[in-house]
Amino acid sequence: MTDGFINVALPKGRLGDRVYGIFERAGYGCPEIQIKNRRLIFESGQNRVRYFWVKPSDVAIYVEKGAADVGVAGKDILLEYRPDVYELCDLKEGRCRMAVAARADYQDDSSVSLRVATKFPNIAKRHFAKKSREIEIIKLNGSIELAPLLGLSDVIVDIVETGATLKENGLAVVEDIVDISARFISNKASFGFMQDKILQMSAQIREVCR
Amino acid sequence: MTIDKSELLFSERAVFELRSLYLRAGYRRYKVSKFEEYDLYAGNKSFLTDGRVLTFTDTDGRLMALKPDITLSIIKNTARDEKLRRVFYNECVYRADEGGFRELTQTGLECIGALDDYSVCEVAYLAYKSLEILSKDFILDLNHMGFAAALLEEVTRDPKLQKRLLLSINAKSGDAVSAICKDAGLEGGALTSLCSLYGKPDDVIPKARALVKNRAQEDALSSLLLVINALKGCGMSENLRVDLSMINDAEYYSALVFRGFIKGISQTVLSGGRYDSLLAKMGREQGAIGFAVYLDGLDRLFHTESRAEPARLTYTAKDAPEKVLYDMNGLMARGAVTVERQKDD
Repeated sequence: MTDGFINVALPKGRLGDRVYGIFERAGYGCPEIQIKNRRLIFESGQNRVRYFWVKPSDVAIYVEKGAADVGVAGKDILLEYRPDVYELCDLKEGRCRMAVAARADYQDDSSVSLRVATKFPNIAKRHFAKKSREIEIIKLNGSIELAPLLGLSDVIVDIVETGATLKENGLAVVEDIVDISARFISNKASFGFMQDKILQMSAQIREVCR
Repeated sequence: MTIDKSELLFSERAVFELRSLYLRAGYRRYKVSKFEEYDLYAGNKSFLTDGRVLTFTDTDGRLMALKPDITLSIIKNTARDEKLRRVFYNECVYRADEGGFRELTQTGLECIGALDDYSVCEVAYLAYKSLEILSKDFILDLNHMGFAAALLEEVTRDPKLQKRLLLSINAKSGDAVSAICKDAGLEGGALTSLCSLYGKPDDVIPKARALVKNRAQEDALSSLLLVINALKGCGMSENLRVDLSMINDAEYYSALVFRGFIKGISQTVLSGGRYDSLLAKMGREQGAIGFAVYLDGLDRLFHTESRAEPARLTYTAKDAPEKVLYDMNGLMARGAVTVERQKDD
């Protein structure tokens, strides 16, 4: 779509609603987006912007492949998939951290390889490779906390927001890996062709997220 | 033999036009075989876009690969004392993506040997011209990696930290750069500004000058300006952009790097640069610069104009074959034709 509109991929869900709020305050409102219906694409002719909601973990793909010029993706996704995009601005929204967690009574036994359950195999591999620790990855798609409780894994690598879920399940953070928050990202070709528009959007978003 | 150009796919036409451009510039066609010994790639995995290589065992037991890249083969087959070798190629390469291995068409050129300022300008000129052949709406991003490297040296000498910072600079993530610097207790103001130095040369170069802190940065900037001004002299400035935060793998690339985009295609269409470091790694003292053009996405964007409806010729079991062929021959002289047998009743 090369019609002068900026195509924006937003992550569906709670974070997405907050992120849209930021875009609206930054001057990129699109009233029809708030009408609850089954439509997937929303336009504001006045602000020359077109939004679509996609699964949070897919935002980076839409932007990398150019279906969206820009989008908002969690740093966790960017670290896991390393898409070839520009990361223009930290929205400081959806803050949490990527951490290693285990049962509260967990003792590391370095004589055997560590079993790590996670949704983020690449982040986990890189983290433990830095420490030269041999690991075995168990890739799960949800309810990661269950793995150490059932003996499926020794530790988990997952996103920790408040730590409440961990605590309720008798788990605790062993170490932090990296801080996570939502980032405003851009397709590289779109950035080249729409530099002024995208930079202006980025600057106005930054202003709101201060 | 006559060729009706309108019968060609866009990418096929582009290959002809690029070839003609490179031949006129004095580059010689380089034809390679599809296979190469795997060893060549094993030592230079990160030079490849993707480390995965399609391999097989040859009849004599050697581990072979379907070429994932042409540049390494050209270097391997260039004499160590070659003064200046100018070659271009149009070959298939085999690369993996999520769907498995794919055959891609790649066109490109390399200039290897005793490079001087002129040869660098010449290759940048041909990169610009190549994009111009593909589309009116294109951009050529240029950078001299020495600028960021020298600025980084001013901030920190810790190689691990430098590597992390370079990754963030390449992602134009000023926020990440300033966060890393803050954590490490470094003054990161200039590096953060570097992330936003993108745009037309006349806008960016003055801002870049304000960040110059040492001789190496000054040299990098004047090398970059030399190329920009040389292109300008040929009336080629409209589509040029300077991108001071574009960082290619420092293990291979060192000085001028460039990258081209075409409106409507979200992937890089042209990429390359000066890769003296790769040659040094391969134990050579020569310089080298080149680029590759990826033509695969183009056919989807530029459909060849639909041609006139072909003439229809139908026949039945009763028609004599030699009569049908005679009619078909007559129609074909005037244009396309489809021949169909009618149902026998």
